[in-house]
Amino acid sequence: MNGRRSQATERGAGGAPLGTVAQSGRKAPALRHRSVARRKAVDLIVKVLAWIGAWFGIAVMAFVVWEVVVRGISAISWSFFTQSTPQDVTSTSGGLANAIVGTLVITLVAAAIGIPTGFFGGIYLAEFGRNGRVATAVRMIANVVMGVPSIIVGVFAFAIMVKPVSHYSGFAGSIALAFIMLPVMARTTEDILNLVPNELRESGLAMGAPRWKVTLGVVCKAARGGLITGATLAIVRVAGETAPLLFTALSSPYWMSGLFGSGGFFGGPVANLTKTIYDLAGTPYPAWQSLAWGGALVIIVAVLGMNLLVRLLFQRGKEW
Amino acid sequence: MSTVQNTEYLASPRGSRDAAEAASRGRLRLGDPIFRVVATACGLAVAAAMFGLTAVLIYNSWPAIAGLKTEVLTTVAWSPSSGQYGALAALAGTALSTVVAMVIAVPLALVIALLLVELVHPSIGRIIGMAVEMLAAIPSIIFGMVGLFVVVPFMQETIVPWLVESPLGSVPGIKPGPTFQGGGLSIFTAGIVLAFMVLPYITAVARDVLRMVPQVTKEAGYGMGSTTWEVLHKISLRYANSGIVGAVFIGLGRALGETMAVAFIVGSVYTDLPRSLLDPGTTIASLIANTFNEATDQIQIAALIELGLILFLISMVFQVIAQLWLRRVQRKTGGRA
Amino acid sequence: MVGTTVTDETQMQSQATVVPPRLEVAEARRGVDEDFDALPSQISVRHLDFFYGKSQALFDNDIEIKRNRVTAVIGPSGCGKSTHIRTYNRIFNLYRDQRATGEILMDGMDLLSPQTDLLDLRRRIGMIFQKPSPFPMTVFDNVAYGLRQHYRLSRSELSDRVEEALKRSAIWDEVKHKLNEPGNALSGGQQQRLCIARAVAAEPEVLLMDEPCSAIDPVGTAKIEELILELKSNYTIVLVTHNMQQAARVSDYTAFFFQGRIVEFGPTTQIFSNPAQKQTEEYITGRFG
Repeated sequence: MNGRRSQATERGAGGAPLGTVAQSGRKAPALRHRSVARRKAVDLIVKVLAWIGAWFGIAVMAFVVWEVVVRGISAISWSFFTQSTPQDVTSTSGGLANAIVGTLVITLVAAAIGIPTGFFGGIYLAEFGRNGRVATAVRMIANVVMGVPSIIVGVFAFAIMVKPVSHYSGFAGSIALAFIMLPVMARTTEDILNLVPNELRESGLAMGAPRWKVTLGVVCKAARGGLITGATLAIVRVAGETAPLLFTALSSPYWMSGLFGSGGFFGGPVANLTKTIYDLAGTPYPAWQSLAWGGALVIIVAVLGMNLLVRLLFQRGKEW
Repeated sequence: MSTVQNTEYLASPRGSRDAAEAASRGRLRLGDPIFRVVATACGLAVAAAMFGLTAVLIYNSWPAIAGLKTEVLTTVAWSPSSGQYGALAALAGTALSTVVAMVIAVPLALVIALLLVELVHPSIGRIIGMAVEMLAAIPSIIFGMVGLFVVVPFMQETIVPWLVESPLGSVPGIKPGPTFQGGGLSIFTAGIVLAFMVLPYITAVARDVLRMVPQVTKEAGYGMGSTTWEVLHKISLRYANSGIVGAVFIGLGRALGETMAVAFIVGSVYTDLPRSLLDPGTTIASLIANTFNEATDQIQIAALIELGLILFLISMVFQVIAQLWLRRVQRKTGGRA
Repeated sequence: MVGTTVTDETQMQSQATVVPPRLEVAEARRGVDEDFDALPSQISVRHLDFFYGKSQALFDNDIEIKRNRVTAVIGPSGCGKSTHIRTYNRIFNLYRDQRATGEILMDGMDLLSPQTDLLDLRRRIGMIFQKPSPFPMTVFDNVAYGLRQHYRLSRSELSDRVEEALKRSAIWDEVKHKLNEPGNALSGGQQQRLCIARAVAAEPEVLLMDEPCSAIDPVGTAKIEELILELKSNYTIVLVTHNMQQAARVSDYTAFFFQGRIVEFGPTTQIFSNPAQKQTEEYITGRFG
């Protein structure tokens, strides 16, 4: 130890006294000490590098958000939310209203398909298939499917929805998004339901209620917060996807016109926010690029906002 | 069947749930069987989706598989207009950009996780941790746009010229090749943007895994007179290493299949192998994304779907490895990885 | 070796039910006939206060830990026993809101002072925790951990010292064929003795033991108690325990803590047979805690 040490003590390399013959009954052989100063220096260097590196990484992430806000804010206006995509290069007006509506429609249809299916799938995993081999396999497959690149899902949806009928459709896009939502919702539901203590199930059943009433009425009610969080986050996640829509819903500069026919939901391409941003960003016209940034801003606000909202509202539901 | 008698059986969580299930089986109600069927059907739907996907991909790429045979995997150039369907350039680009992304993201993720777990006040750590998880939710098109409008010019005007002039500029692999176009749209840029896309995922998992190191073990390390760094690399990282490897595999899987962040910025050169990281190139995902909608020839479409199948198989391999690895971690530590 | 030699389980168990415990031979080393003030002090604590954030946990602790003696720290749950000994090696510094004031003197230096080198302090004061916590490495590497960290040794010296530490911790015979197996492949009691070997290998002067046997089975506990009596001749030991019989069996001096204060401190035999404070007596006879 450094500090007020008597000068008579011998010092070895590194400034520590050689040997410690302090105890009675034990002979301490002379030990060469490693330098404490050097070890502390290494520790300090690592800490400094860690601070720099970590804050650099965090700063870059913040920078991404910042850039979108700065570049996108100028595009936001009333017309942004009311007019459809400009087609004329010279026009300075135009908005992404049709794209926003299109995304909402496509996403909600996808949710109508994917959320209930995923929800019941999660119930299967949590309530019926705790230990069975089938359920374990399903669980692992769900985890794997969650990792499928979203463009492959787009190709798949193209093959089954677009190719046979030779036209794009918004519905095909919804199918692709539902495919992505399915395992996410199932696993999230399973995780949430697993957190509900067994006593709740037992007391429900002990009252004589049938299994389905206990599960849906009691257990799911208890897990309501987490389930809503999970569903919301799943929806928000697919709403921001682009790749699955590239070959299914494609995009369109027009408003969706009904259900069938070339401009309809089932009949032809439907405008959506992400693909439209992709298209506009790729053009060389600054006004259109600016619209694309506005769209990006809308997406970031929606995604981050919903994330924050559900976490704050339903803190108990999901782990941070 | 009474659930009251077998109290030991009830004691374990599995036991009580099975007992509850057993109790409900004795009833003759219609609601329960329907419920069970619906739930099972939905559960199996997930598995069916997977098999369906695989089957559809194979079926639709069959004309290409049968017609082109091994050309896709052995030829470099992808040029449908001249009848060439080689994916090696795309495969090389996928591999290179992923490697660049991992090399940048993994150390950064570990260091951020270390910061969150050890070096900052716990409440700050929680806030930043939450921010990291929310950043993982940012859609890839956002990264694509920031990449295209901010990173690419920055690389083109500042970083790459400096790099080329510096001694690093003559290192093979960095030295610009014949297709060099200034370095803005390049594999390197794509790798950088990819890195920050996968960074939040890896950080979140690494942080969770580091948090699982028992406090007693760390205290024992400090009690032996170790510094923070020594406890971290001799004890914590060793304890957590399976989990971290699993995290890396997850990040890898995502980076391989990433489309929108990369399609804008990788350079879209489908015909040559990149000679350096600064050359433009392509990845399988961006090749598909950029050419699919213009493809009219049936063989071209089938070949693109075959590319999709290849990408699917590659990313599945990594996913499965990650799953198996993470299950090992769960068994070892008894917690969620 | 002085003191009890526990050779079989039944003897162990019968001792466990006797209150107060039988006094052992050679009480000269059990603190009765020695001149307390003439003994050299390893650690002197003066006016130690401890705070978790705003709430105070230790109040004006004063105690002398004598060299080469076992000092037991007993008291009901939550009375501050662990908190107290965790001030000696400053392990509480890991947590931002924990704070200690006062003086803890060892060899004339105040351990609480900011100038104290924590790395060297923790080399000189080793700690064994309630839950056996071997590091995620082989048995050999566990014991060698402190040696590699603090000293420069050749490979053969390292091997010799590891073997010696394992022998000193009475576990060599059980693990000599398992040196390359992971530390947590051992049984609970063995893991704890491994942790003792790990602490001992680094040549400390003091061993702090925080309820080392509470997670161990009775046979393992007996072996560790035996070990403590052997280690006493080379190390100063401070033993926190909630098991009064253990304190009586193994220690020379005992401190009784209650609600963060040291109510009584003295030779073990005196504390257990003739406590001066009423609270001490009530605790010993089991009226509370």
